[in-house]
Amino acid sequence: MEMEAAKMIGAGLAAIGAGLAALGVGNVFAKFLEGALRNPGAADSQQGRLFIGFAAAELLGLLAFLVAVILVFVA
Amino acid sequence: MAAEEGKVDPMKQFQIEPIFGQNWEPFGGFNIAFTNSALWMAVTVVLLWVFVYGGMKRELVPGRWQMAVETMTGFIDDMLAANIGTAGRKYVPYIFSLFMFILFGNLLGLLPLGLVGLHPFTFTSHFTITGVLALMSFSIVLIVGFWKHGLGFFGLFVPHGTPAPMIPLLFVIELFSFLIRPISLALRLFVAMMAGHVLLKILATFVIDSLNAGPLLGATIGPAALILMIAISALEILVAGIQAYVFALLSSLYINDAENLH
Repeated sequence: MEMEAAKMIGAGLAAIGAGLAALGVGNVFAKFLEGALRNPGAADSQQGRLFIGFAAAELLGLLAFLVAVILVFVA
Repeated sequence: MAAEEGKVDPMKQFQIEPIFGQNWEPFGGFNIAFTNSALWMAVTVVLLWVFVYGGMKRELVPGRWQMAVETMTGFIDDMLAANIGTAGRKYVPYIFSLFMFILFGNLLGLLPLGLVGLHPFTFTSHFTITGVLALMSFSIVLIVGFWKHGLGFFGLFVPHGTPAPMIPLLFVIELFSFLIRPISLALRLFVAMMAGHVLLKILATFVIDSLNAGPLLGATIGPAALILMIAISALEILVAGIQAYVFALLSSLYINDAENLH
């Protein structure tokens, strides 16, 4: 296989990771909402933790994007 | 990249260009020319200064402007009080500056100034800049940690109640997760901003290219891409706020580790 084609295929495959991170981020907010609706009084105090979970889940998706960018522009 | 005729390069918006003269090497060998990145950082600082200065009136009944500034400072104050406790008050100036600088930088980069011929530059979409910001936070963690706890700061890497045989393994793992913090902090902001801007540019290319491709494609894909672009722009404003918040939040959490260990 040509090197250029292999890079592009690899970059495309890396996009799967972004989709999986979307599942993760959706899961974080879904679970938060589920808990918040059961106990709305405690919801506001947990917003910081919500965003920590969001940041952790999102970072892994951004890493997938980074892999794609490195494959296309750097490698 | 296969750059064909008439194709818009979505990465060109991140190019750093000197604006007043190409080279300025007062120290020999190091080009410190004033670039578009530096220009937008200066614009951000000036706007931030105007924003805060306009609100520092100390009136008993605050006007709108003072209210806006006090909401932001109060927001950071609450965040630090919740995450660090009473010791967090002395970090309000740093976290507030960090948060506002990133927030203004993100939002200024999204301004549609291209309509009047200016090219807004999002300096937070560069790893060098977010990396320096993250290193500043990390340095504060290290300095405060070793200053307050001395070598006891290494206790951060051994959680309470760890069985003795597990200590060497856990120490290494915790050390790695500690050392990776500035990288992940910088990476998150830079990639989130870059991805959003690339996406907007690609959608803009769809609009232009579909209009050039003929009436059928121009009438179907063009408006759809334009509407999507408007929606993504709204999402980008949200992301700009969230990323600034996450950066400030994680910085304050890391400082909490240094202040209070576990």
